[in-house]
Amino acid sequence: MISQLSWKIGGQQGEGVESTDRIFSTALNRLGYYLYGYRHFSSRIKGGHTNNKIRISTHPIRAISDDLDILVAFDQESIDLNSHELRSGGVVVADAKFNPVLPEGVDAQLFAVPITKIAEELGTSLMKNMVASGASWALLGLPIEVFNKAVEEEFGRKGPAIVEKNVEAVKRGAEFVLEQAGGPLDAFKLDEADGKQKLFMIGNEAIGLGSVAAGCRLMSAYPITPASEIMEYLIKKLPKFGGTVVQTEDEIAAVTMAIGANYAGVRTMTASAGPGLSLMMEAIGLAGMTEQPLVIVNTQRGGPSTGLPTKQEQSDLNAMVYGTHGEIPKIVIAPASIEDCFYDMIEAFNLSEQYQVPVIVMTDLQLSLGKQSCEELDLSTVTINRGKLVRESELPELETHQLFKRYELTEDGVSPRVIPGDKHGLHHVTGVEHDETGRPSENAGNRLRMMDKRLNKLNGLQIRDAVRSDSPHDAADLLIIGMGSTGGTIDEARSRLAEEGVSSNHITIRQIHPFPTELVKAELNKAKKVIILENNATAQLAAQVKLYAGGADKIKSVLKYDGNPFLPSEVHQACKELN
Amino acid sequence: MATFKEFRNNVKPNWCPGCGDFSVQAAIQRAAANVGLEPEQLAVISGIGCSGRISGYINAYGLHGIHGRALPIAQGVKLANRELTVIASGGDGDGFAIGMGHTVHAIRRNLDITYIVMDNQIYGLTKGQTSPRSAEGFKTKSTPEGSIESTLSPLEIAMSAGATFIAQSFSSDLKQLTALIEAGLNHKGFSLINVFSPCVTFNKVNTYDWFKENIVNLNEFPDYDPSNRMAAMNKIMETNGMLTGLIYQNKERKSYENLIAGFQEQGLANQDIQLSQDQFEKLLAEFK
Repeated sequence: MISQLSWKIGGQQGEGVESTDRIFSTALNRLGYYLYGYRHFSSRIKGGHTNNKIRISTHPIRAISDDLDILVAFDQESIDLNSHELRSGGVVVADAKFNPVLPEGVDAQLFAVPITKIAEELGTSLMKNMVASGASWALLGLPIEVFNKAVEEEFGRKGPAIVEKNVEAVKRGAEFVLEQAGGPLDAFKLDEADGKQKLFMIGNEAIGLGSVAAGCRLMSAYPITPASEIMEYLIKKLPKFGGTVVQTEDEIAAVTMAIGANYAGVRTMTASAGPGLSLMMEAIGLAGMTEQPLVIVNTQRGGPSTGLPTKQEQSDLNAMVYGTHGEIPKIVIAPASIEDCFYDMIEAFNLSEQYQVPVIVMTDLQLSLGKQSCEELDLSTVTINRGKLVRESELPELETHQLFKRYELTEDGVSPRVIPGDKHGLHHVTGVEHDETGRPSENAGNRLRMMDKRLNKLNGLQIRDAVRSDSPHDAADLLIIGMGSTGGTIDEARSRLAEEGVSSNHITIRQIHPFPTELVKAELNKAKKVIILENNATAQLAAQVKLYAGGADKIKSVLKYDGNPFLPSEVHQACKELN
Repeated sequence: MATFKEFRNNVKPNWCPGCGDFSVQAAIQRAAANVGLEPEQLAVISGIGCSGRISGYINAYGLHGIHGRALPIAQGVKLANRELTVIASGGDGDGFAIGMGHTVHAIRRNLDITYIVMDNQIYGLTKGQTSPRSAEGFKTKSTPEGSIESTLSPLEIAMSAGATFIAQSFSSDLKQLTALIEAGLNHKGFSLINVFSPCVTFNKVNTYDWFKENIVNLNEFPDYDPSNRMAAMNKIMETNGMLTGLIYQNKERKSYENLIAGFQEQGLANQDIQLSQDQFEKLLAEFK
């Protein structure tokens, strides 16, 4: 019995890889296994190799695996490109149609199943993904009824006849492979899961869900990989709560529309990736200058320019922290788990109204698109905090020509806020430097007071888990620092290091800006050496750590910018070499 | 009920004496009062340029944003609270150069907002460069040999983008301008009102006198039917865009707010945002 294994399906884009993965993982989720998925895809719709990998475990996992147990291949290319990952004794289930062969040196068992032939006999080659997944499911010896239920849900809307045919395809694939293998494979027999069904979603869905829970009712956005799933989720959900999503003509319209809607009193977000974020910069400055709440999600992908649009990277940190001209207060937070994606959206909307500033939530492609098990989410912990938003009934009457002091100088720098429509809240808003009522002013004294007011608002800000720390050692050999989706991978590397006698601490920096200096300093002091791990070429996170918390003499960077997420073995190896 | 005086504030505009924008400001104030608005029910969202300052000169809610983006900001305001009356405003550079993309798509989207462009065929605040509305051959600081680009016709573009309300006026004709802004405010959808608003400092060609000589007032054509799209397009082309009055209006097409599935009459900003446990459970069920 084993506690985890990895399964991958590969083929040409548009060949059913996605739907097979969806059914396979839904069935596993129903059985209570923890899952962590990784999508390898290209910036095209049809054709081109694509593969989806799922790690299946009886305990929580948050990283892709180094190796592979089962590969389902629709073509020889999928075998050629992926079989090097197969561990010794692994299995390949391939379509007999292309006479599959294993490359030399690959120690795996090949099952050539007449996948296309069976599908065509049943009426259409479209069902070959069902034959293939049925075959690989059968090898695991898991209950077929659960799988059939998932098939039924996938095809239910197409009618019972289609469901029946697909169930039959699953059965035929299973029968064929079991006859060849002589029954389910003992080496792949998974321990029973806890049977407790988890939530199973991608980060972008958790972000969408979190936004709805946070009271976000409008989204304006322009499609881009890997952010589009957020708008696709919200356009299905927001109308149920009175709101809507507008697909704008570009990202400039997306962000400015969101600013307008926030100004008028509705929690509104936009989401994009690097190129869109670049287009939004001037408007982010407007939100900072006019103290409007604004929430932007930036799902990082490979840059610069169009870069690697479907690949993993964490290279927009500097753009998010420094991107706008002039100087504004701005918050950048980085969820580091699927649960964070949900709770951080609530935090982001609250912060944006409490401090009346733009808040950027930065994810990366792996966190946004990797489908994974998610712990139960608790609505009772969700509190909506609208900061100093004043209700109309609380406003004192204004005299003729008197304006509401929307930018009143206060001790904490945050002024009371009203929304258009309030009878006694009339004021002006402008991106030009302005006085307390919002009227343009070039007065030098006013300029200083207003700049200081805005820039001091975030002094001492500390979000929930600003630095998430797993640092059991007061004097560790190693401190590993990461952000975003890399935490699970780092933890797997740490357990391997521990087996070798290397003690390590691990912190995930979640509050990227303003930088949580003191929290990070304390952690640096507890380690002999520090490794900062990030998916970019210029060590942007390390630069922030060194700038604010110091430690330059003991910090070393581990960087990966080839478009792929770190593997646990790579992190382990790098730590060994640098330690 | 508020009179136009209630829409005045005590800020002295920084426009040059004689600037056409003064009349546009007055017309907006009069029209707002004439349609029965109170100052707090009106939001004026403006762009950048001389004309962009207008939101600060009207006693109402006002947002002076960034160059070329008055329209998306205004649409955000309207989506957030459809109970408000929203006017977007700016110059020809703001709406037809840097913001042209937004203008076309705001027209297509057809939210119920009124867009007033102060068209002076030149960049005034940056002290005299060419605009997309400048005539070919027009000499400016950026086109010392005369503009070699063709003049943009916002009316034709608006027609082809599917506008449901197109009007044009001249800042000297306060009566017509006020009436057209009123009609725009009453129109249930996006209304474009282009206003010839002369720049007395940097444009010595398209002067008040020049406009008086060159424009045709549609009031002179009693048979003109603004609901006829073909006739409207013909008239624009016939006059080379030098016409004033209500050029086209489509009262049939519903505004964007009225086409959004489930969008309520009550402004979104005034609705409750707290999710119930039951609603949350339903959302979670999809992920199991």
